[in-house]
Amino acid sequence: MIEPVNVSLASLNLMTLAPMLIPIVGALLILVIDIFKVGLDKTLYVSISLLFLLMDFSALLGSAGVFTQDGIMMGVFNVMLIDGLAILSQFIIVGASMLFIPLALTHKRFHEFSYPEFFALFLFMIAGFQFMVATDNLILVFVGLETSSLALYTLVAMHNRDKSFEAAVKYFTMGALAAGFFSFGAMIFYALTGSVEISQIAAVLAANKYVDIAYVLVGVVFMLASFGFKLSLVPFHTWAPDVYEGASASMAGFMSIVPKIAAFVVAMRLFEFLIHSGVVWLEIVLYSFVILTMTAANIWALVQTDVKRMLAYSSVSHAGFVMAAILIGTTQSNSALFLYWILFSFTNLGSFSMLWISRQKHLPLHQMSDHSYDKFAGMVQTSPVAASIMGLFMLSLAGVPPFALFWGKLYLISSAVTGGYTILAFIMALNSAIAGYYYLKLIVYMFMKEPVMGNDGHVYVSNATIALKSIIGFAAIGTIFAFVALNPLLELITAFVYNSGY
Amino acid sequence: MLNHILSILIFFPALAAMLGFIIHKDSIRAYGVAIAAIEFALSLWLWFSFDSSASGMQFMENLPLVPAFGINYILGVDGISLFIIILASFFTMIGIASLTDTKNEKNMIVTLLFLQMTMAGVFAALDGIVFYIFWELSLVPMLYIIGAWGGPLRIYASVKFFLYTFTGSLVMLVGMLFMAYFYYQATGAWSFAILDWYRLILPESFQLWLFAAFFIGFAIKVPMFPFHTWLPYAHGQAPTIGSVILAAILLKMGTYAFIRFSLPMFPDASVFFMFPIAVLAIIMVIYTAMVAYAQEDVKQVVAYSSVSHMGIIILGTFALNVEGITGSIFLMIAHGVVSGALFLLVGVIYDRRHTKMMSEFGGLAHVMPRYATIFGLMLMASVGMPLTINFVGEFLSLLGFYKQSHILTLLAGTAIIVGAIYMLAAYKKMFFGEVTNEKNKNLPDVSKRELLALIPLSIITIWLGIYPKPILAPINNSVESIVQLMHDKSITNEAKTRIPNLVKGAEIAKTSEQGAH
Repeated sequence: MIEPVNVSLASLNLMTLAPMLIPIVGALLILVIDIFKVGLDKTLYVSISLLFLLMDFSALLGSAGVFTQDGIMMGVFNVMLIDGLAILSQFIIVGASMLFIPLALTHKRFHEFSYPEFFALFLFMIAGFQFMVATDNLILVFVGLETSSLALYTLVAMHNRDKSFEAAVKYFTMGALAAGFFSFGAMIFYALTGSVEISQIAAVLAANKYVDIAYVLVGVVFMLASFGFKLSLVPFHTWAPDVYEGASASMAGFMSIVPKIAAFVVAMRLFEFLIHSGVVWLEIVLYSFVILTMTAANIWALVQTDVKRMLAYSSVSHAGFVMAAILIGTTQSNSALFLYWILFSFTNLGSFSMLWISRQKHLPLHQMSDHSYDKFAGMVQTSPVAASIMGLFMLSLAGVPPFALFWGKLYLISSAVTGGYTILAFIMALNSAIAGYYYLKLIVYMFMKEPVMGNDGHVYVSNATIALKSIIGFAAIGTIFAFVALNPLLELITAFVYNSGY
Repeated sequence: MLNHILSILIFFPALAAMLGFIIHKDSIRAYGVAIAAIEFALSLWLWFSFDSSASGMQFMENLPLVPAFGINYILGVDGISLFIIILASFFTMIGIASLTDTKNEKNMIVTLLFLQMTMAGVFAALDGIVFYIFWELSLVPMLYIIGAWGGPLRIYASVKFFLYTFTGSLVMLVGMLFMAYFYYQATGAWSFAILDWYRLILPESFQLWLFAAFFIGFAIKVPMFPFHTWLPYAHGQAPTIGSVILAAILLKMGTYAFIRFSLPMFPDASVFFMFPIAVLAIIMVIYTAMVAYAQEDVKQVVAYSSVSHMGIIILGTFALNVEGITGSIFLMIAHGVVSGALFLLVGVIYDRRHTKMMSEFGGLAHVMPRYATIFGLMLMASVGMPLTINFVGEFLSLLGFYKQSHILTLLAGTAIIVGAIYMLAAYKKMFFGEVTNEKNKNLPDVSKRELLALIPLSIITIWLGIYPKPILAPINNSVESIVQLMHDKSITNEAKTRIPNLVKGAEIAKTSEQGAH
């Protein structure tokens, strides 16, 4: 006779699930509405999504409050892990999504926004990412990863252009490969330690003093490849520019921020303990990945003729830059990662939104691609405000002080200095200088060249609405006045990261 | 209000520039001149309220910016920075006042006002990061000025200017982060405040590396010999106003930063690198003087001569004694006045003929006597004639370095003579002889608007050449405290002997004075 399992509801700590359940409920609600009445306008769905994301955000504020009082929370059979990393990354995920979703309110009509499924999938995806960061169970990570990735592939494809299908298929193939690698890696770790929880894996490996180092390394290789695809580290980055080009500009901006922070958090949980327990091989491999990603992506970005592809490569380079934080692995560097990513999300979402409001449905003859540099030539003469804002975002991405991203770079390079990675610090600084060139190139086109004949400046804001303009204004203000919020932000992040034991 | 005068000096032009966007383009020049004049008046007020007998920082402001990471908004001036701030606001004023017809005049004036903000900020900042913010921000308006109003190669020139300086500054930024980290290790608290860094005594090996990191940033800005290649392009392509501000103020940021950062923070490394840098400086003086002699474009002559004289400033700075450093700071002001004036003068002739080739001119002294007179005066000042402003600075700089090395000083001295050759040759080609080119026959002499800028500069050139004391005294006070700090901080014997101890000398003087009584 098997004893009945007695689980008290209190011990499940179901509150840990609340932030993830809110977007799921929202998504279901959207589907239900669609069942009862079809053909509703996108504004309705945007507002519903926004409301649920707001609720999600306030639920996160609640768990942040609990975390500051009681420390790390476990829940649902100890599968959920709500620590500082989980809360911070969810803030970024939900915050960036709130900035993203109003971008659907465009002036022109786009195919994907007429489907309520778009918004439902979007909310499912957010929940997936939230699950991914709020656990140290590799299986739940996998489930979260796949939920969100499959939704994301569909969202990319829904843009309904030839290039979008290409992008979605490319993204899907690479993503499937990454998922396969991830499950192989997890399997090896399970075989070695009998557990799928990262903390358990770490404990068991430490207890037997890494006798099976060869197997550990095999597992690490699979994991590295998997995260390499997700974070678009060189040489696993090849999908990134094509996918960014095929997806709508707003979706590309979203992809450069939200999926990556989720992957960063998992990578941080997994690789941190391995580096700290002296797996030198991993340190060397990560070191070379970091440098290769930063430098190579920067050099490719130099030769792009399309602004969107340039921004894609620049996102790859930024990802490599931030990956350095995981390599360094101190509290300061992990805090720097979050600080960098928060500031980056403002700036990068802003710059992709600038591309989004200038989306053309039909290309004029002289333009090879939708966002070629030529299109922005002489922009300051026809729409000076838009040009100045775009220039602002470019300067911020290049790391010119006092704009947002400068502070992220400053703190990250400082963490390299403090962590004893002197050469890395200089390489990061020099890479910022290389990157300066391609951001400057766009500024040169906008401010110093003559406009192409027949360009009356209408094109730059052809897709703009009040909603889009306010998002961009919000991003611009965040970029300029980042230094005001910096101190409380830094203190909060450091406290959260430190109290989670990273 | 006096407590916050530095903040006002920095942010008043920026605020005014923002408002400038709404002003109609026909009235923008008057607005610009008015703002710049107020700014100049404020900077003069700063001078009058400045206590010339004190050596330390004055009008300090301190506001926490990111206290968790030791970044504070700290401002202050001493004798070293005071006059460069005044010079910057002065040049912005006369630059806007004498602006000739430019397309998009409104953008130009707004940009100049932003540039004025960054210039005031760099020289008033006493926190590493705040300094860095203004240092980098100053690139953006200059990039725009060169890139939007420059000559045919303007985009190449402006991007080159930006990337060179940007790269150098990032290396310097890493150096700053190291300084803050060492401070953190020593005291347990992060700080980017320069005055805090002054108190930090570092082992010599650390000093050498950090000195090198800061050196790259500063040397590109100055620009010193192997890093100077961006400057001729920038000057060659920039509009007159761009060259004036670049030569008069922006280049001084580098030499100023040497005195503010490198010397007091790394005294032993400064002594260690004294001779290599002096050799570079002398190469810079002689080589660029020779290059200047080979130029056919008068603006390039002035540009190379400007680089050449920056070499003397570096030499004076690395004399590491009171005479040398005082001289180099004075020469910064002098060089600002003189090379700024020379660029303005080149602009005058360019506006009339739209060429800068010396072969196009000749005999201009007959057609434009007043122009020739002012040009002649500035040229004499540039080659360091006694009783002009440059002479005081060059003399003191060389005097200072003479105490460290006779031979190198002699070499630098001869280089000044070479300077006289190319300048006089250029003057001869342009102004003397018969008027051979038909187009030059009916050129109008300098107009009132141009005189508005040139006459004050001429007066300063002669006045400070004859009676430099009002400026020299406060500079001297502040330099003495820096040299004393360097002597006290230095740890190697070499440095102790190279950097004079002023306290001992003062004590001896005091005792002998008492003995006399």
